[in-house]
Amino acid sequence: MLKFIAKRLLSGAITIWFIATATFFAMHAVPGDPLTQEKAMSPAVRSQLEARYGLDKPLIEQYQLFLNNMLHGDFGISFTQENRKVNDIIREHFPISAILGITAVLIALVGGVSAGTVAAYYRNRWPDRMVMVAVIAAISVPGFVIAGLAQLTIVAMNNAAGKTLLPVAGWGGVNHIWVPALVLGLGTMAYLSRIMRASMLEVLSADFNMAAKAKGVHGWRLFWHHQLRNAVLPVVTELGPTIAGVTTGGFVVELIFAIPGLGRYFVQAVQQLDYTVIMGTTVFYGAFLVLVVVVVDISYGLIDPRIRLHSGGGGR
Amino acid sequence: MELSVFRFARRTWASDELEHIAPLPLPKMATPAVVVSTLVVIALLLFVSVGPLLWRQDPSQQWLSQISAGPSAPHSVRLILNSGPWQPPAGEPPQTLMVHEANTEFVRLQWPKLDGVKRYRVYRASAHKAGLGLAIAETDKPYYQDQLQLSYQIYRYTIADADTGLLLLARDVRPDAAMSLFEAQLQGLVPVGKVNGRQQWLTLPGHPLGTDALGRDILARLMAGGRTSLFVGVVAPLLYITFGCIFGAIAGLAGGWVDQLAMRFVDFVVALPFLLFMILFRVAFGIGPGENGITPLIVAMLMLSWPGSARLIRGQVLALRSQPFVEAAKLAGVGTSRTILRHMLPNVLPMILVAFSFAIPQAIFTEAFLSFIGMGVSPPTTSWGALCNDGIKTLLSHPRQLLLPALFISVSVLAFNLLGDALRDATDRRAGVAKA
Repeated sequence: MLKFIAKRLLSGAITIWFIATATFFAMHAVPGDPLTQEKAMSPAVRSQLEARYGLDKPLIEQYQLFLNNMLHGDFGISFTQENRKVNDIIREHFPISAILGITAVLIALVGGVSAGTVAAYYRNRWPDRMVMVAVIAAISVPGFVIAGLAQLTIVAMNNAAGKTLLPVAGWGGVNHIWVPALVLGLGTMAYLSRIMRASMLEVLSADFNMAAKAKGVHGWRLFWHHQLRNAVLPVVTELGPTIAGVTTGGFVVELIFAIPGLGRYFVQAVQQLDYTVIMGTTVFYGAFLVLVVVVVDISYGLIDPRIRLHSGGGGR
Repeated sequence: MELSVFRFARRTWASDELEHIAPLPLPKMATPAVVVSTLVVIALLLFVSVGPLLWRQDPSQQWLSQISAGPSAPHSVRLILNSGPWQPPAGEPPQTLMVHEANTEFVRLQWPKLDGVKRYRVYRASAHKAGLGLAIAETDKPYYQDQLQLSYQIYRYTIADADTGLLLLARDVRPDAAMSLFEAQLQGLVPVGKVNGRQQWLTLPGHPLGTDALGRDILARLMAGGRTSLFVGVVAPLLYITFGCIFGAIAGLAGGWVDQLAMRFVDFVVALPFLLFMILFRVAFGIGPGENGITPLIVAMLMLSWPGSARLIRGQVLALRSQPFVEAAKLAGVGTSRTILRHMLPNVLPMILVAFSFAIPQAIFTEAFLSFIGMGVSPPTTSWGALCNDGIKTLLSHPRQLLLPALFISVSVLAFNLLGDALRDATDRRAGVAKA
């Protein structure tokens, strides 16, 4: 087990290095340079700024500096917001994204598992059909459209009630979380319920399920101990990619609902070409996602020992 | 000998039994879902290819007089020759709030001079909304000409005392549809320097789906946007699946350390967070002035999306290499390239086809996502995602502008997904039959 964990951690570390390197060289391949602005800059100011951001050094040296700083957890200073450290930006905005993301994943997990189970129990009857139609709809409609429709619904609801039942956008209270989190989790929920339905169908026709039933296990115990525990395993493996999907989906949801999370900040940084913020957040997000996948892999290895034996597959 | 090998190889779909040479029954593919989704796909392709030939409006032409107009906006509008400063005609002042003329270029109001009021404030609101609306002017004269972004709807004007805030007069006004001479000349509806008569009626090409916030025809934009979306959606997967297949096939055929190295590399590329790096690469490639941004988008997708098919094909090639019929072909002296083309390719082709049909909706989604956050195609080129981006800004007042492109994205994604499902089921069933 230790060897398995060490192997996953090592490949995770190499992946993060690869992400950092790819990010660095991609950003340095950008035509033009980050200091080009509409206003002309005097050579003195320019050389000052270049020295400040380390742009006067050769590329290899900049790369070494970048990696070294990254190892110390220092992502540099923003280009567009003077004197604001990327670390501060991440520290300030990531918790908001995290709260939103965790709520979304929880909603998706609970909703997906229950919808998938219901669909499997009522296979080819109307609850199953309804779930599958909803799944197809949720998979086919882009997240930003669902977000827009959700906002329209809230506005119509508030107008009908004559007061603010739910805030349309913004961040602050508990009420601000639910709708964006639901919108964010919806696609994932649909995906998970599809997987859950398939795996539950498999479990329902499995020999051990028959054996448990034949022994007289029934009701809640049969469902909880024999069916759900086995059926939920494929859903757990999908949690890693799911969290990745929720993270990037968060970009759009945060943008539309005006939530000051890191995702919205990243999109803005990209639109303003704020190089250090782009590099910092990309590496941060990349490392975060790789870690999530590694943790999910390890926990899966803990739950199901069979995985450890043939774990040559590498990352996702 | 060689002949029978050929017959066999062509008829086997990932089978591992040699003796099964009987022709396989074709699975029933024409389920209702397949028929409908195929028709939808054909309809979409016709919409973006033949559509612009039938509906000859320029998708980037702006109708300034028809900002966010609905489908029912009037087709014939009045030509307004003179919309300069205005003074009411001399004579008896009106008894109440009077409308001298109301069209979508200007609304001319006059009201009686009221005792004790030094300054008047004019409010304008959409008639179906509560409240006074926008305070559009303050004036000390008892008349006003409103030229502020009028559109074809009923307005309620309210005159108030600017000092005390006391409401004095109110009236609902329905402006006629109109167009200024300047715009009519700009659109080529009126030849320059050839105007006679004080008033003239113009007939405009209608907008069956209305216009967007910049007065552009939504139907024409949906056609133009669809061309971009479907182009990216088909070409990007075509390129990256081809590349992935070649990469995977080389790795699988070479084997040994080449295979190991290639697959390590694939592992790393797979580990890159997809949309994050899509955005990053899009930034890195940059878009020069006058470029539409489609090429960088496709290149970025190519760089990030190929590993899936590379893994798939490599696994298939490894499995096929040890299949009896491939070894038999080798024994019979069939050359390497011929073995690959005639014995291995037909066996992996269905799988590639399935992967391709699932990649299309994904690519359409990716393009829509990137265009939506402003990282996709650059104006004036448009796509369904970019149209959604435009539409979400006017979501609360004109939801149609978001919902129409969203509908097209959803329908095409749904159709391609159903098609992919059907293709997968068909190939699976064939494989199942072969194994049985």
